[in-house]
Amino acid sequence: MTYFVNITLLFLLVLTAASATFLVKELISSVIILGSYSFFLAIVWAWLGAVDVAFVEAVIGAGLATVLFLVTLFDTAPKDTRLRRPPPPLAGVIGLPLLGFLLLFVANDLPPFGDPASPAHVHISPVYLQQSYADTLTPNVVASVLMDYRAFDTLIETVVIFTAGIACALLLKESGS
Amino acid sequence: MKDFFLLVIIMLSILVLVYLYRVVQGPTVFDRVLGLNGISTKAIILMVVIGTVYEREEMFVDISTGYALLNLVGALAVAKFLEQRGLS
Repeated sequence: MTYFVNITLLFLLVLTAASATFLVKELISSVIILGSYSFFLAIVWAWLGAVDVAFVEAVIGAGLATVLFLVTLFDTAPKDTRLRRPPPPLAGVIGLPLLGFLLLFVANDLPPFGDPASPAHVHISPVYLQQSYADTLTPNVVASVLMDYRAFDTLIETVVIFTAGIACALLLKESGS
Repeated sequence: MKDFFLLVIIMLSILVLVYLYRVVQGPTVFDRVLGLNGISTKAIILMVVIGTVYEREEMFVDISTGYALLNLVGALAVAKFLEQRGLS
């Protein structure tokens, strides 16, 4: 039963992404379909148990990205103006589904979801789970890894994103005046 | 009982496909916006059902509330865009 839920969610995800890229000519429709794509992706994250990632995907992907795309569409043409799209190459049409079946086939050999004996759960996770509260006095393990063990990493990431934001603001201000 | 909720998840996902057809195929932009709203309501219910399967309803109810708010913001943005830009 769980297997069917996985297949259904993945099918929805792939179908939405394909329709956003291939089947629609108007850019506003692509933006709307991308919003539903983010919804499905957030449901997949929630299904895998990553609740906070699902929340971030819902906020950024479905909420903020839609608004940003619409703001961009105010300044551009509403339609895809390429005269005709080249048809997809035959190798891609045949090869990519085969690659997908190969990936599904290989995924059968993965350890089951939530298996406590899988390598991801016995290598370094127990160290964090047992020692992070004594080390950092933070109840949330994810927050302690992000903000304490990898504090410099997070700091530099923030600097990068801040710089990108300043650059975008300057560019938009130039074009506005 | 868990099987029942998993079946509910699958049925809701299949229902979403109907809306998705309207979003992709819909002749006007309004069909697409309405389809997206329908998908969002199904997504809200899906989150709560997934939370019931995992027996962590309180956290998932928070997410679905956030969904509902963001859905409103997205619909307002699209409506504002159509108002300013005209119907394309």
